[in-house]
Amino acid sequence: MAAGVATWLPFARAAAVGWLPLAKKIMPKPPVDKKSRNDEILYVNVSGLRFQTWKNTLDRYPDTLLGSSEKEFFYNEDTQEYFFDRDPEMFRHILNFYRTGKLHYPRQECVQAFDEELAFYGIVPDIIGDCCMEEYRDRKKENQERLAEDTEAEMGTDTPLPPNSTHRERLWRAFENPHTSTMALVFYYVTGFFIAVSVIANVVETVPCRPLKGSKKDLPCGEKYSLAFFCMDTACVLIFTFEYLMRLFAAPSRCKFMRSVMSVIDVVAIMPYYIGLVMPENEDVSGAFVTLRVFRVFRIFKFSRHSQGLRILGYTLKSCASELGFLLFSLTMAIIIFATVMFYAEKGTKGTNFTSIPASFWYTIVTMTTLGYGDMVPNTIAGKIFGSICSLSGVLVIALPVPVIVSNFSRIYHQNQRADKMRAQQKVRLARIRLAKKGTTNAFLQYKDEGGFHDRDSDNALCLKNKSSFEHQHHHLLHCLEKTTNHEFTDELTFSEMCMTESMGYRTSRSTSISSQQGMSTSCCPRRAKRRAIRLANSTVSVSRGSVQELDTLQVHKSSSGLQSRSSLNARTEDLKLNCEDRDFTAAIISIPTPPANTPDESLPPSPAFPGILRNSRTNFYTHETVKISSL
Amino acid sequence: MGAVVGTLTLQTRQRQPSRDNIDDELEMTMVSHRPEGLEQLEAQTNFTKQELQVLYRGFKNECPSGVVNEETFKHIYAQFFPHGDASTYAHYLFNAFDTRNNGSIKFEDFVMGLSTLLRGTVREKLEWTFHLYDINKDGLINKEEMTEIVRAIYDMMGKYTYPALKGDVPKQHVDAFFEKMDKNKDGVVTLEEFVLACQEDENMMRSIQLFENVM
Repeated sequence: MAAGVATWLPFARAAAVGWLPLAKKIMPKPPVDKKSRNDEILYVNVSGLRFQTWKNTLDRYPDTLLGSSEKEFFYNEDTQEYFFDRDPEMFRHILNFYRTGKLHYPRQECVQAFDEELAFYGIVPDIIGDCCMEEYRDRKKENQERLAEDTEAEMGTDTPLPPNSTHRERLWRAFENPHTSTMALVFYYVTGFFIAVSVIANVVETVPCRPLKGSKKDLPCGEKYSLAFFCMDTACVLIFTFEYLMRLFAAPSRCKFMRSVMSVIDVVAIMPYYIGLVMPENEDVSGAFVTLRVFRVFRIFKFSRHSQGLRILGYTLKSCASELGFLLFSLTMAIIIFATVMFYAEKGTKGTNFTSIPASFWYTIVTMTTLGYGDMVPNTIAGKIFGSICSLSGVLVIALPVPVIVSNFSRIYHQNQRADKMRAQQKVRLARIRLAKKGTTNAFLQYKDEGGFHDRDSDNALCLKNKSSFEHQHHHLLHCLEKTTNHEFTDELTFSEMCMTESMGYRTSRSTSISSQQGMSTSCCPRRAKRRAIRLANSTVSVSRGSVQELDTLQVHKSSSGLQSRSSLNARTEDLKLNCEDRDFTAAIISIPTPPANTPDESLPPSPAFPGILRNSRTNFYTHETVKISSL
Repeated sequence: MGAVVGTLTLQTRQRQPSRDNIDDELEMTMVSHRPEGLEQLEAQTNFTKQELQVLYRGFKNECPSGVVNEETFKHIYAQFFPHGDASTYAHYLFNAFDTRNNGSIKFEDFVMGLSTLLRGTVREKLEWTFHLYDINKDGLINKEEMTEIVRAIYDMMGKYTYPALKGDVPKQHVDAFFEKMDKNKDGVVTLEEFVLACQEDENMMRSIQLFENVM
């Protein structure tokens, strides 16, 4: 019952006095009204905007927040009002609902925000009044569709393949989405090129070339250079056949693939060639065969795999089938009518072109589409009158369904544009999120590197002031986690080198994010493990990095010839101060009993005499130096 | 230049009266009625100021124009009795409230009626009820009027009742009523007969007291 009707209830009850004389029994006792009838004004403060209303107004809907005792949670004793930290503009509508019993949807607000407010105040959206319900429903549906599209785009075909996909799946994916791998892209362009070549060859074949010596007649190029054309045709057909067979093999559902339009086009494009091979060279059959060569022109449709616009056009035509059908039907009707009329109008004329009604069809079509070839022209006055009516009506009939088709095409095209744009936006958004995530992890690791965990003296404390308290607390939290698990946070590159050191059983002292990571080879651990002995030798080279304090290494005699930075292999070779000069290496090697003169692949027993070396975990760059060492 | 402006203004002034007529017509349809002052109403009725305030607020909320016409009244009353058809009874009720017989109930009529029903003496209530039953307002209730009223009341019950409505229950009810009320058996009930008969009915007297605290 609407709120307003409640105000009339006392009146209806009073009017029940009119039944009393007729009543056969005593009336029941009325319910005792415990509430005091004194109405009080409530103050509701929504983000600074003060609303005042009668308590009775709010009590009309006891199953909402404001109507029940739930609002007591928001009561502010000091200011004697109910305070809500919500949108004051929206609250207006909510309060109006209590007052009038009708909930209106404000058109300029976002439908999601409105929903959230309703949910907060405990109001079900179903009671939105009729005046606003349609608008609300439309906006809600739009929103939901957009969200669905977003999630679809996320799970779209651009996501990386699951790792354990078979060759077949990968092949199919390469065919459907050429952008996923370079091979697929190359194949895509190659097929595109051959389609173009094949189509051009078909066209040029028929151009008249200069005749052979001793003959007067102009020969079409196809017959003059028949061998060349045949070779080209063979090459194209081979490529197309190969592509078709690969697609057939890779298709997840062969039957469905064979029934699809593109595969039919493929088949139709290559069939004439094979039929021509099989067919013997006799006259009557080759006549039919020549007709079959017409189908070669269907190869041009293969371009639709390469062009999205063509696909959209095809899709549009398919979706406008009813409009096209109507156009065709109305045109046919008009053609028949006018052809009949013209035929009978021109019947009397001698030597007329309008020999029969079907013959007049040609005239009607040419006139209605305003082509006007002029091969058939009416001579009688009646014929001319009807001819002009025919051309005028033709314009109208054709102009009617065309805008519908055009608007359909435009809608589908824009939908496609929107999908592409959203996919691009998605990528940007995800990249941004990833970058932000990386930023925070890097910040933490940097914080660690800068000695944030050490007892800070005043100097250090200064440079750490720039961080917000939030960041401090966050980093402290991460640090606590590290201490709890007795593991440390690191980044990708350090981790991969870590697995190398772990395979040697070495304790890693500290993970570092900086320096060595960038130029490092990401070769997997087993390969590196082979070189560990040689690496051992090089690990004696001390790295002048401040954070590695536990290094107990042999100092390599650094030659003054500077270091040869193999920047492609090392990132911060200046940090490394690794000298790649041969003599220095000999110096280094001399100090180690195990001569690394052999190839790196030979595994040398790790020298136990250098426990100090073992403590150094920074052994990343050494892999490539070891290669160099072997050249000694 | 001035002559041109002058002639133009003349024309606009001439055009205005006709426009005023249209505006008048519009205003007529949007009649807004304001009740008499609070003090006057307080004097005329048995309600206190606060009660009148609450009543008026509810009334104005429902009918911003200040008057209730019969359609609205029927619609409101029908909301209280969704089971059956309350329109006939609402019609008679409307007529009972519409003391001025002009097809609409203003706030004064509303409040007066309520004052009688809730705060009036027993005699006043009985008089009000008599006026309700007296459809043609001739001071007498005959059997046809009574049958109309009773049928209207039974209509409000709707189809699904327990026990089911069998036979011509309204007629029986009316016969019983006349049996009780019509003292001189002349086929009509006058106001005095009505009041007398009701005061003799103990059940009724007891029930009347129950409705005092509705407001």
